[in-house]
Amino acid sequence: MTTMTRLTLKTEGDTHIVVTRHFAAPPEAVYRAHTDPNLIQKWLLGPEGWTMPVCIHEARPGGKIRYQWTHPKKGSFQLTGELLELTPYSRIVHVERMHLPDPTPDNHVETRFEPDGAGTLMTMRMTLPDSNTRAAMLATGMEGGMEASYARLETIL
Amino acid sequence: MTERFDLDASFAALADPTRRAILARLALGEATVTELAKPFEMTQPAISQHLKVLEQAGLIVQRIDGPKRPRRLAKAGMEAMDQWLAMLRKGLEKNYERLDEVLAAMESHPKGKK
Repeated sequence: MTTMTRLTLKTEGDTHIVVTRHFAAPPEAVYRAHTDPNLIQKWLLGPEGWTMPVCIHEARPGGKIRYQWTHPKKGSFQLTGELLELTPYSRIVHVERMHLPDPTPDNHVETRFEPDGAGTLMTMRMTLPDSNTRAAMLATGMEGGMEASYARLETIL
Repeated sequence: MTERFDLDASFAALADPTRRAILARLALGEATVTELAKPFEMTQPAISQHLKVLEQAGLIVQRIDGPKRPRRLAKAGMEAMDQWLAMLRKGLEKNYERLDEVLAAMESHPKGKK
């Protein structure tokens, strides 16, 4: 089995993380998978075992975002946010915050989709107001594929 | 077990922007507390407190040079930062592997368009 990681991730300064990833589908499809709640619900799940019973994503400027994840053993938590700008098939700007249960400071995210050969190059730039947010985000296990040690980090913070 | 504990300490140490900035500075080479305090609007005792956390996490080490205690980056310091990012990368990759499948399914069942 080959596990080809086409993802790149780098930090930029103190409060940015830039992620790039190639997809073997055109920008139209990748954009749709990022804006259609029925599709988002299928992939934005983080580590194994989590499901997203609530997925609200109103794909228009000012539209609301609300994702709720649950895990049979680890409980549940939610993320809320607002969409700021949408340029069909090429760009999404939104803010989001986790509720753990207290809300983390806003994470400002810009996601771009560009044609890349027959597929798409996605560039996601996260802007976090401070690094505690980044660590808290990791601690939830949502983005990070974190195990127990990261859940403990959450209590440290 | 010890490893796991150290990893936790590393991540907690890295959770603070001042401490990460200190690590970034030390990545350039050894520095004294005075030198480290300079770019921050912080007192030396405050910087020393951060250095203590970094030391306990095994991310930096100090050398005794007369009255000075220059700090430098421990190998673990770099490794911890790399690992932290690797974990994030791993989680995102999992999401995007699922997204690959979603996209493949969309292609075989196009919704109207094209």
